[in-house]
Amino acid sequence: MSALAVVRQLLWKDLLLELRTREILTAMTVFAMLVAVVFNFAFSPSPQDALRLLPGMLWVTLAFASTLGLSRSFVLERDQQCLEALRLFPFDPGLIYAGKLLSNLLALLAVEILLLPALAVIAGVPLLGHIGALAAVLLLGSVGLVAVGTLFSAMSVNTRIREVLLPVLLFPLAAPVLISGVRSTLGILAGRPWADVLPGVRLLVAFDVIFVVVGYLIFEYVVEE
Amino acid sequence: MATTLTERRSEAARGADWREILIWAGTALGVAGMYMAILYAPEEATMSHAQRIFYVHVPSAWVGFLAFGVVFAASVGFLWTRRRSFDLAAHASTEIGVVFTTLAIASGAVWGKSAWGTWWTWDPRLTTTFMLWFIYVVSLMVRAYGGSGGQSARFAAVLGIVGFLDIPLIHLSVVWWRSLHPLPVVVSSEGFGSGLPPEMLYALLVNVAAFTLLYVALFSIRRAQMGAQDAIAAQRDDDRRSTFRRGLPGIQEGSR
Repeated sequence: MSALAVVRQLLWKDLLLELRTREILTAMTVFAMLVAVVFNFAFSPSPQDALRLLPGMLWVTLAFASTLGLSRSFVLERDQQCLEALRLFPFDPGLIYAGKLLSNLLALLAVEILLLPALAVIAGVPLLGHIGALAAVLLLGSVGLVAVGTLFSAMSVNTRIREVLLPVLLFPLAAPVLISGVRSTLGILAGRPWADVLPGVRLLVAFDVIFVVVGYLIFEYVVEE
Repeated sequence: MATTLTERRSEAARGADWREILIWAGTALGVAGMYMAILYAPEEATMSHAQRIFYVHVPSAWVGFLAFGVVFAASVGFLWTRRRSFDLAAHASTEIGVVFTTLAIASGAVWGKSAWGTWWTWDPRLTTTFMLWFIYVVSLMVRAYGGSGGQSARFAAVLGIVGFLDIPLIHLSVVWWRSLHPLPVVVSSEGFGSGLPPEMLYALLVNVAAFTLLYVALFSIRRAQMGAQDAIAAQRDDDRRSTFRRGLPGIQEGSR
């Protein structure tokens, strides 16, 4: 089987499981909405504040929601010794990382598609006008979150404190994604010129490239036994 | 430290312990450094005596970064060769790095209170150092909860590499905010040490040397302790196994 076919099979396995149970997506979406609501309780933003607070709310919500899906994704692999079985196949373990990365990314993007309109309504901020640029920044940021998140999820499920370790590992390492994501989103929503947003976007691209490659190469050491 | 006569004799027979020499040399240099920092170096014109914390702050930060560089190199070495000694080196260096980074952050906060009027600001250098501190504290957590010895060593090595590669990105992303941190005065484009009066530079260099020496001493001691811990654990395992074998009926020689 070619590498691409392997990744496709791995992705299909996760998608099929999710389509049949809809556990992760439901939990992530409901949790994301709840976090967004809690933010509104906490700040009760006036319409003028909403624009300034929305990017932070959006990215913190996504970061929290992503840890939910990420930790679940390797719990499933571990519970039935699925990961051991996958490791027996004669292909590069980096491909397992690629497959998991894609399924985690799809889950996060699905949550974003459901969350964005809800946030726009709750916070009363019209997002539709900037949807193209916003989608690009969200996609880049999600790839970054999931790239390090998938690696750390595989690590944390094998530790004594399990899923508890994931957010602690993820948040300091994903700080560049959160900072650049929030600042870029802020710039886009405020209608700043593209040149103001570009440094953040460039950082997101650099982060994505570096950690997808590093994750692919180093994953082998995380799952070996 | 030898206490009984026999211990002292056997220690004398073994010759000088170079770790002990390092510790004493580092301490002596540190005392000289503190003398120079407090009495020899001139008073700074605008910051007055508060500036003298710089002779502790800069060496601490330097040792912190040095230690994390060593963690990165040792982590790569460990994943490459799987030699336990690389893992022990990474572990020892992580611990010392966290201590000195904590010292750098704390001394910086004290100075900031005097110079900026606030303990903390979200200046890029402060933020990066803080995130750095988090990464290596989490790395110690991974070692504590990471499961069996080999696995937690692998996980910590992965984090040692990924975390180190992340530092430039963290820094670039926080540089997006305006910088408040004093500009570098020691290594600048006008040449080494040009931003400082010579007395200040000498005092700083002596302190940097003292802190570096202490790092090397602490590192080798901690590293040796961990090696000893390993040896004891292995010995204990051995003992337990043989006791277990002896205690089982039916496995004794001659029976069965």
